[in-house]
Amino acid sequence: MYVSVQNEFFDFSAEVKKFSESLENVGALVTFTGIVRGQKSKTLDYMFIEHYPGMTEAQIKIIMEDSFKRWKINDALVIHRYGKLEPGEPIMMVATAAQHRKEAFEAAEFLMDYLKSRAPFWKKEVVNGKEHWVEAIAADETALSRWR
Amino acid sequence: MIDLIYFSWIRERIGKSGESIETKSSTVFELIEELRQKDTRYFEVFSDLGSFRVAVNQELASFDAPLIGAKEIAFFPPMTGG
Repeated sequence: MYVSVQNEFFDFSAEVKKFSESLENVGALVTFTGIVRGQKSKTLDYMFIEHYPGMTEAQIKIIMEDSFKRWKINDALVIHRYGKLEPGEPIMMVATAAQHRKEAFEAAEFLMDYLKSRAPFWKKEVVNGKEHWVEAIAADETALSRWR
Repeated sequence: MIDLIYFSWIRERIGKSGESIETKSSTVFELIEELRQKDTRYFEVFSDLGSFRVAVNQELASFDAPLIGAKEIAFFPPMTGG
């Protein structure tokens, strides 16, 4: 299990390579990467992500441990950035490894759904010099209900 | 003493990232009521219970959670990670 909450840029392909090389006896590797959208229509200047140091790492670990209890997965990885992010930069990534793809896909989706509305991160967008906090959407909360 | 921490627009509207207070409140809800009486900024920030969440000692908590053993209480809007 690998968790990193970091300001620094990360190289998606290097992280996947490192993760895959650490695995043994795995038949499926699923990855997801979230990227700062370019927001073509409203020209996003940049995004700023605030988080709750201490609680963030602990909360992600709780969510990951839960995924291990629910699915037969060999290993999982979560990297999530905070601070100033430019359009096109990676925000976060999730990777799950299992014997079979169903477990790997489901565990990755579960991690994504929970990271969205249970990990203490708050996104601010700066558009044409004006900043606003991104509001949580009801659909993100609804997404959790299927895992209960 | 309890440390209060504010995030996102709650921090911006109150005008500080946190503070230490003495309180006789016994639940999160009572503490919110107490904060609302401080001044209009707090009153407005904490006027809609549906607009923010709370964590006690870095764990998500409900508004009726007791404050026994609480060292750090954080107030923040619904999370927008991922």
